[in-house]
Amino acid sequence: MPESKQHIEYQDIESVIIRFAGDSGDGMQLTGLQFSNTSAVFGNDISTLPDFPAEIRAPAGTLAGVSGFQVNFSSEEILTPGDAPQVLVAMNPAALKANLIDLEPGGKIIVNTDAFNNANLKKADYDSNPLEDGSLDGYDVYELPITTLNRNALAELEGLSTRDKDRCKNFFSLGLTFWIYDRPLDTTLTYIEKKFAKDPLLVDANKRALIAGYDVGHNTEAFQTRFHIQPAHLKTGVYRRITGNEALALGMITAAQKAGKPLFYGSYPITPASDILHNLANQKQFDVRTFQAEDEIAAMGSTIGAAFGGAMAATGTSGPGVALKSEAINLALVLELPMVIINVQRGGPSTGLPTKTEQSDLLQAMFGRNGESPVPVIAPATPGDCFFMAVEAFRMAVRAMTPVFILSDGYLGNSAEPWLIPDPDDIAPIIVKHPSEPANGAAPFEPYKRDPETGARPWAIPGTPGLEHRLGGLGKQPDTGNVSYMPLDHEQMVKDRAEKIAKLADYIPPQTLIGPEEGDLLVVSWGSTLGAVRSAVKRVQGQAYAVSHAHIRYLNPFPRNLDSIVRRFDRILVPEMNLGQLIFLLRGRYGLETPFVPYPKVQGRPFTIREVTEKILSLVE
Amino acid sequence: MSEPIKLTRKDFSSDQAVRWCPGCGDYAILAQMQKTLPDLGVPKENIVFISGIGCSSRFPYYMNTYGIHSIHGRAPTLASGLKLANPELSVWIITGDGDSLSIGGNHLIHILRRNIDVNIVLFNNRIYGLTKGQYSPTSLQGHKTKSSPMGSVEQPLNPLSVAVGTEATFIARTIDTNVKHMGEVFRRAAAHKGTSFVEVYQNCVIFNDGAWGYATDNQTKEDHILELEDGQPLIFGKERDKGIRLNGLTPEVVSLADVSPDELLVHDEDGPASLAFFLSRMRQPAFPEPIGVFRDVQKIPYEEGVLSQIDQAVATRGKGDLRKLLLASDTWEVGPEHTNGHN
Repeated sequence: MPESKQHIEYQDIESVIIRFAGDSGDGMQLTGLQFSNTSAVFGNDISTLPDFPAEIRAPAGTLAGVSGFQVNFSSEEILTPGDAPQVLVAMNPAALKANLIDLEPGGKIIVNTDAFNNANLKKADYDSNPLEDGSLDGYDVYELPITTLNRNALAELEGLSTRDKDRCKNFFSLGLTFWIYDRPLDTTLTYIEKKFAKDPLLVDANKRALIAGYDVGHNTEAFQTRFHIQPAHLKTGVYRRITGNEALALGMITAAQKAGKPLFYGSYPITPASDILHNLANQKQFDVRTFQAEDEIAAMGSTIGAAFGGAMAATGTSGPGVALKSEAINLALVLELPMVIINVQRGGPSTGLPTKTEQSDLLQAMFGRNGESPVPVIAPATPGDCFFMAVEAFRMAVRAMTPVFILSDGYLGNSAEPWLIPDPDDIAPIIVKHPSEPANGAAPFEPYKRDPETGARPWAIPGTPGLEHRLGGLGKQPDTGNVSYMPLDHEQMVKDRAEKIAKLADYIPPQTLIGPEEGDLLVVSWGSTLGAVRSAVKRVQGQAYAVSHAHIRYLNPFPRNLDSIVRRFDRILVPEMNLGQLIFLLRGRYGLETPFVPYPKVQGRPFTIREVTEKILSLVE
Repeated sequence: MSEPIKLTRKDFSSDQAVRWCPGCGDYAILAQMQKTLPDLGVPKENIVFISGIGCSSRFPYYMNTYGIHSIHGRAPTLASGLKLANPELSVWIITGDGDSLSIGGNHLIHILRRNIDVNIVLFNNRIYGLTKGQYSPTSLQGHKTKSSPMGSVEQPLNPLSVAVGTEATFIARTIDTNVKHMGEVFRRAAAHKGTSFVEVYQNCVIFNDGAWGYATDNQTKEDHILELEDGQPLIFGKERDKGIRLNGLTPEVVSLADVSPDELLVHDEDGPASLAFFLSRMRQPAFPEPIGVFRDVQKIPYEEGVLSQIDQAVATRGKGDLRKLLLASDTWEVGPEHTNGHN
């Protein structure tokens, strides 16, 4: 490395939030991922959130084409990708314009000045150059001709076009941020070797770009301070980075393996759930049978067929897909077959905001079908929790012979956190019993004879001699399952199905509570808001306010002790990415007269810690 | 499969009372299915009937096999998942013209193109029966029904032409009153590996009685239908005195008094799809309507392809190992005193 300049200061800080932003072709997702991996391997706690446009290839340089990736890394435990970024790396004017609004006041901006030409400024709807017109006063701006510096660094490389060289500039900017935040280069160097193994020239070019970026930090007078973030005190063990969608796929494979069965996944591509299908399609060695159906209805129907055949069956989609599946979900419910339905929620209604997050399908999962049609609903709280909840959903499905909803969302699906990898031997087997003969000996097999403990009917599968039976969507006689329109038969079947779902409360774990057991204010949340809400509650508790937090992962049925918890507080604050759907359920379920304080946010974005903190403080101060 | 124990029609009858209208064509189809199945040598427990909604879709309740009476139009989707979960099963889809060509049209074309090894029996009565008499996608133009009092303005769909267009590998037609022929077509359908598609002309005695009269009337049927035989020239008529000849790209009915049988079109089940398509276009009153096997070609069934990829993945990567799967990413270890390392 070249000789270093004088007077470099080192500053220890607890955490930093960086957002990398550029054109969707600039490789910002890759840059962000590399920064996250390096920080994770270094031992920081991390949390990340990609933010990409719905358009696949929006015109280069336009606001619609801006792609971003936010990394929060810290020496302390963190639960969210962070509120406002403190550092913005902007590769062009559009990236600056689209992201400046989020940047913390006084935050750092690193810009590629080469991209601030008239054409790009016009595409980003800038009337004048923000680097010259004073609009960035108040920020800490680092202007670097990144394109030129990168080209210079690669000048000696023969056989690469200028265009190819320019494609390395994301590694140049990554190298620079590595220098500023005192990160080692080895993880990314190893990655480059693997990624471009087929083309030694590209290995060389990208490595040179990375190192040149690092050296620019070292040699440029503008950069006087390096920041050091100590490794975090994480629980010991082996970790990996995991997104919610990856974790759901791994969890479902684990469940099928633990049941000793093939995994069937029938799905129709839909944002933001498609990654689950991609992940599963690539794990066929686990006897994973993926079926890319012709539509959402077919995905659901095939899942029912596979469950009838005895496979561990699942489907995954997003809200509009659930709407299409509703009729078939009800068929699954009355056939009483076990399966898992994943909804990676996105902004709605209708097509809504495909790439943005929301929690507005809770009532759809609960009630979005004709007739009395209760289904269990559970919601993972973090990307890593998606793994456990996938296994849990199958356990519940098999136990009660029912479809089970998992409500994830776009934020959980795409954001990543370090995940302490569990030991597969610690995960209990899923015991599946298929009867081999009628329960009462010679009598005809009764497909709807219920287990007195769970209320579940037997899961007899085709291929079993003597248990031939017919299932159907029509009203039924209890026990035999024969078609019946008799008033009392129908009423009993409706009640039996409801009771069976309610009985799952015997199985699910009790609700946990953080903070005082009773008091003035309880914050209740569910799903992906855990990080922001828990962090906010901790902050407020740190200021000696008595506030408690209950994060609900089991939404139907509710844990048995939730009733008594919610009755011990004078007020209940419910932050939700909808207009109050959990409040509706709590009120309806418990008939509570406790004043609820709704805190809705429907902007396609997760809550920030600051927002929730301020809301809580406004109630307790 | 285990050694076949000779079963009888009775073994395939469930204890449920059959509730179709007296005189309905469905009875004959049910009886013929129950008679044919014992000959197939498939253990009863390996047979599954799946239906959608409509009169015909009550069928599974009357079969003493495994079965699902599902929802409108979606039977092919359940059958697809079932066949992927257990490819050993012999799966039959029972459907009607409304169920499979209207609400379930999308699923029908996709199961046919995937060539999943199931047998589809479409009861075509050219009417909506269960909803009490509206025109269906196969009702003829001008057909007066409750929902088309001045006559249907819609162009009907031709089920077998659709099947040819979807690359279906087995396409056949039979008639509810011709039980012997129907039994043979069912046997052929069951023997075919891949999706078998059978259209049955079925009479709805209440809402569309006589819709297929020309094909079932003992006096006239032989002049109006043409029984296909593989490798044989297309000859029909009570006296077997008429045939089909191609004149350029246009078929024509010729009299064997004037034309030698050598000049007639010869049926070829394994021939070009255009032949099956052309046969499917032959409609009354200009032409006799063919019955029998229009097309029978071999292609790998979908589920075989899926399972062979699984075998291939196991062969190249080894049988899945959960521990390896969870660790298959960049990992790092957090030690008790910051002894972090890149694994």
